[in-house]
Amino acid sequence: MTALTISGLEKSFGGLRVTRGVDLAVEPGERRLIIGPNGAGKTTLFNLIAGELRADGGSVALFGQELTRLPSRRRAHLGLSRTYQIITLFPRDTLLRNVMLSLLGLSRMRWNPLRRLEGQRHLMAAAEQALGRVGLAHLALRPLSETSYGERRRVEIAMALAQNPKVLLLDEPFAGLSVDERRDVRKLLAGIPRDVTIVMIEHDMDVALDFAERITVMHFGEIVVEGTRAEIVADPRIKEIYFGE
Amino acid sequence: MTGRIIAGLAALAALAALVAVPWWVPGDYYISIASQILIYAVFALGVDVLIGYAGLVSLGHAGLFGLASYAVAVALAGGSAQFGAILLALAVTLAGTAIFAALSLRATGIGFIMITLAMGQIMWGLAYRWFDLTNGDNGVNVAARPMPFGFDLEVASNFYFATLVVFLLALLIAWVFVHSPFGASLKGTRDQPRRMTALGYHVWMIRFCACLFSGLLTAIAGILFVYYTKFISPQSLALTSSAEVVLMVISGGSGTLLGPVVGAALVVIVKNVASAYIERWNMLLGAIFVAIVLFMPEGLVPGSARLGRFILRQLRGAPAKAAKP
Repeated sequence: MTALTISGLEKSFGGLRVTRGVDLAVEPGERRLIIGPNGAGKTTLFNLIAGELRADGGSVALFGQELTRLPSRRRAHLGLSRTYQIITLFPRDTLLRNVMLSLLGLSRMRWNPLRRLEGQRHLMAAAEQALGRVGLAHLALRPLSETSYGERRRVEIAMALAQNPKVLLLDEPFAGLSVDERRDVRKLLAGIPRDVTIVMIEHDMDVALDFAERITVMHFGEIVVEGTRAEIVADPRIKEIYFGE
Repeated sequence: MTGRIIAGLAALAALAALVAVPWWVPGDYYISIASQILIYAVFALGVDVLIGYAGLVSLGHAGLFGLASYAVAVALAGGSAQFGAILLALAVTLAGTAIFAALSLRATGIGFIMITLAMGQIMWGLAYRWFDLTNGDNGVNVAARPMPFGFDLEVASNFYFATLVVFLLALLIAWVFVHSPFGASLKGTRDQPRRMTALGYHVWMIRFCACLFSGLLTAIAGILFVYYTKFISPQSLALTSSAEVVLMVISGGSGTLLGPVVGAALVVIVKNVASAYIERWNMLLGAIFVAIVLFMPEGLVPGSARLGRFILRQLRGAPAKAAKP
């Protein structure tokens, strides 16, 4: 069974078709890279998969379960997590609180108005562990507003990983990072176990190409070509899209 | 650690001062003013749940406040027992809040403000025009305050103590609420609703539940208020009343529990005490608000805390700096 199956996905904003009959099948444990020039519809595709946008047509399924009609929050409960290209965190809270909110999202405890959040030791321990996975355990009690951009990128990933997703969508996890930070994040992503299927959007070819087994190239809302790294690099259409020959 | 001890001592001192109000305040009139402050403090806490913790500004809460007051007054006029009237008021106001929330939560931001404003105006219009039920502009009188356990609430200091107990309970449940996992969920929907949805939270339902909690505190304040004035008229439901409580929250500091209490005290004192000396007390209140917005835009409580920390740092830092050559 495929981890993520997309067929005939359609989305238009007014007269602009940003997703044109996209078909995609990602195997369990696979690392899939989606590349394409700006405006190719990559983030829109993520928003359709995660349910933040409603598709006009087509379907999305997670391990055989139909997601197309489910609201975004239900998809999270079924094992779909994502990170954002534009960092979307809780700036007033500490890193620990940020990750705790992520854990709380999947727990029934989130509705409890009577207990103290600070008293939920298991949540706190799990949040600390998730921060440890991205190497930020030592900053757990620091307010997010006092951390660097690179650290926030890693908090994004920690929040997604904390939910133990079956499928993880990473939207440009290397965007805006320095060379050193890139290396750290690359190591971190390489350490994610294979029971997590990863679909990643990335512009940085050097980092991204050796991360993924299969690569999907999008252009003007369509999938242009899909294949292994060698196949993609050799494909003449890629040069055309990126260099406009 | 010392910060905690200081905070604990300050809380104890404040509690002692509140309990001792009937002894250190001159006369029944001022004891009643103290009751009024506590009633508005509960109301402001209810509004702060939405403004400070949900990020939703309501300009229609006087409609819910008035609903609770009218429910008590009308039920009593119809011959209901005191306890029954209070229960009815809570039930009616919660039901009213549910409708209010279901309609206004179709939007956030300015849209939410405008819908709540319209709903508040509808409530005011109903109070004004539904003559058979509300007696229109003449209002409804309440013959007597209840006598819980033979405790005569007609005595100003007794009414104050009863209000104080309700106020402390309201403060306690508000404290438990904002520190709970649900409180954390609510603050999350305030800061990043989109992320919260992606994390698996039902943002709309969380906001709806927060509205109900806000409505509960508002209902409690409305019930206290109608027993306090023993009279309710459409004026209490007017837009100015809704705006006033929003100003209490913002001037005291939204998103804190102490802020609304301080804001309520400020407004009630200027309105009732300073107005005895200054004819244009509204202008004084306006000037105070302008000063708060200019110098402590986050509100009096967080602003004073910031000022306190600054002074403390200066006191500690100054000798160290002086020691350097």
